[in-house]
Amino acid sequence: MIKNIFSKKKKYASIPSGHAKYDVPEGIMTKCPKCKKIMYSKEIEKNLKVCNNCGYHFQMGARERIASLLDHGSFLEYDSDMRSENPLNFEGYLEKLEKDKEKTKLNEAVVTGEGTIGGFPVVIAVMDASFRMGSMGSVVGEKITRAIEKAKKKNIPFIIFTASGGARMQEGVLSLMQMAKTSAALKLFSDEGGLIISVMTHPTTGGVSASFASLGDYNFAEPGALIGFAGRRIIEQTIREELPEDFQTAEFLLKHGQLDSVLHRHQLRDTLINLLDIHQAKGDVDW
Amino acid sequence: MVGELEFEKPIIELKKKIHELKEFTKTADVDLSAEIEKLETRLKNLEKEIYDHLSPWNRVQIARHPNRPTTLDYIELLFENFFECHGDRYFGDDEAIVGGVAKFHGIPVTVIGQQRGKDTKDNIRRNFGMPHPEGYRKALRLMKQANKFNRPIITFIDTKGAYPGKAAEERGQSEAIARNLFEMAGFSVPIICIVIGEGGSGGALALGVGNHIYMLENSTYSVISPEGAAALLWKDAGLAKKAAETMKITAQDLKELGVIDDIIPEVKGGAHRDVQLQAKHIEQALKRSLKELTNMSGEELIRHRYEKFNSIGAVIDEQVTNTQ
Repeated sequence: MIKNIFSKKKKYASIPSGHAKYDVPEGIMTKCPKCKKIMYSKEIEKNLKVCNNCGYHFQMGARERIASLLDHGSFLEYDSDMRSENPLNFEGYLEKLEKDKEKTKLNEAVVTGEGTIGGFPVVIAVMDASFRMGSMGSVVGEKITRAIEKAKKKNIPFIIFTASGGARMQEGVLSLMQMAKTSAALKLFSDEGGLIISVMTHPTTGGVSASFASLGDYNFAEPGALIGFAGRRIIEQTIREELPEDFQTAEFLLKHGQLDSVLHRHQLRDTLINLLDIHQAKGDVDW
Repeated sequence: MVGELEFEKPIIELKKKIHELKEFTKTADVDLSAEIEKLETRLKNLEKEIYDHLSPWNRVQIARHPNRPTTLDYIELLFENFFECHGDRYFGDDEAIVGGVAKFHGIPVTVIGQQRGKDTKDNIRRNFGMPHPEGYRKALRLMKQANKFNRPIITFIDTKGAYPGKAAEERGQSEAIARNLFEMAGFSVPIICIVIGEGGSGGALALGVGNHIYMLENSTYSVISPEGAAALLWKDAGLAKKAAETMKITAQDLKELGVIDDIIPEVKGGAHRDVQLQAKHIEQALKRSLKELTNMSGEELIRHRYEKFNSIGAVIDEQVTNTQ
C-alpha cells in the first residue's frame, strides 16, 4: 500500500544501555558556561582555569590560586586551624560548616599566609567561594586582620584575592563588624606606608566589596567577575529599575572608575611582579 | 611633506627644488653641484630666518600640530615598566587624562598627563584632551598614592583646557580643579611639570603645581585659549591671532614673567619632526630636576613649591613703599 511508504515505524528497537551512561567518568569533561564548548577538565586546569575557547574565567579555589601565583614551595600558611563558633546558636550552622569542610578540605572561606612572588615577599589572603559562598564571618575577619597585621609588622606588601557572597548571615551583626575590623587594620597598615593590592574575583559582593576588597592602593578584577554591593535582584525589586546587561561586571566597574585595571588571569602574576618591583625599587640619581 | 604649516611653505618649496635638481643630475649629464650647494646654503639661512623668528601665532600652530607628540608618546620613550591605572574611584575613568606608575632610570615615579587623540576616533574617546572632573580626581588619586609611597610626580601638560560642558559642571569641575591645586601644595615629594603642547587654563594648572615647571620651546600656557580670549575681549573669536600676540602665552614670555623655570629646546621645526630626539631633550631636563629635588626633604619641597607660587603676581604695594 502506498501508505506504507510514509510509515515511520522503526524496524529495530533500541535498548537503552545502562553502561554507556558511565563511559565518561564524572569530572573528566567540563562545559564552558559561556561558550558552551565541552573540554577536558585537565586542559582547563592547565590553562589556569580559563576557557581556551572564549576566555571565560572559571572560579579558582584558594589553594589553586596560591599555587598559581606564589613561587613554588614558598608559601607558609597562617592560622590554618582557626574555626568558627556558633555565636547566635543558629540552627544547622555547625552542620553546614562541617559539610563544607568536608567538601572543600578547608577550615574556612579564606586562606592566609606569606610567601614570595617573583622573589618579592608578600603576605597574601585568598578567599574561596566554595566554602559557604566565601561569606565573611568572625573567622574570615580575624584571619584577614591578623594577616594585615603580619604584613605591617614585617613591612611587606599585602595582597588579597576576594571571592565572597558578603557577610555571613549565620553570625549576624558580628559578621557586619568584621568589615570595620578589617578596614581599620588596613588603615593603620596604609598609614605606615604599606602597599595594598586587591584583586576581586567572581563574585565579590556585599560586605566584602564594601570593606577590604575596595581599599587597595591598586584595585583589580578578573574579566567578567560580578562585583557590587546590593545584588541585581534586590535593586530591581526595590526600585524597579531596569539594569544594563553588563551591570556590576568587572568591565562595568572599570568604566565607572572603580578599578585600576581588569586583568586577565594570564597577566596577573607578571603585573603583580611589575608593581612589587616598582614599589621596592630605590634607584639612584647618580647619572 | 605631510602636515606642513603655512609659514613653512618657503622652506618646503626650496627643499622640493633641491630634491628635483638632485634627481635631475642623476639622469642628465650636467653638473649642477655648485648650484645645489648654493641652494642648500640658502635653505639653511631660510630655516634659520623662519624658525628663529617664529611669531606667537606660529608657535600656537606648532603646538596644535596634529602630529605633535602626546603624553603617551613621551611616556613610552622616557620610562620603563609603565603601568597605567584607571579610574577616580568615584564616577568614571576619564581617558583625557592618563596616569600610572613607572621607572625613570631605575627610580620609581608616578607619571600623569592629559592625552589628546591621534585621529578623530581616538579624539572622541579622549575628548580632545579636555578633561572632565573625574580626570582631575583620577590624577589626584594617583598623586596621593605617589605621596604615600614617596615617589616623585611627573606631569605632562597638554590640553586646550577644562571641558566646558553640562556634565562637567554637574560633577563639580571647579571643585575638582581647586582640590588639585590645594592638595598639590601639600605633597612632600618632588613634582615636575612639563607643558608639551597647549597649556590651557585651569585644566592645565590642575596638573601644574610643581617644584619645577618646564615648557617645550613651541608650547603655550595661558589663562584661556587665544580664541576664547578674543571672544571675551573683543567678542570675535576670529581675532585669535591678535590675542595670541598680546596675551604673552609662549614659553619665552612665561620664562620672562617668571612663571616657568626653564624652556626645553625643541627639534628644529617642532617636536613632531623627531620624537626620539625631543624625548632626549626632555630626559635631560628630568634628570637635572630629579637630581636637584630628590636631595630636598619633604618639608623643603613643600616650602620650595609654596615660595615659587607665592612670588608670582604683579602688584604695586604702596604700604611696603611707605614703611621702607
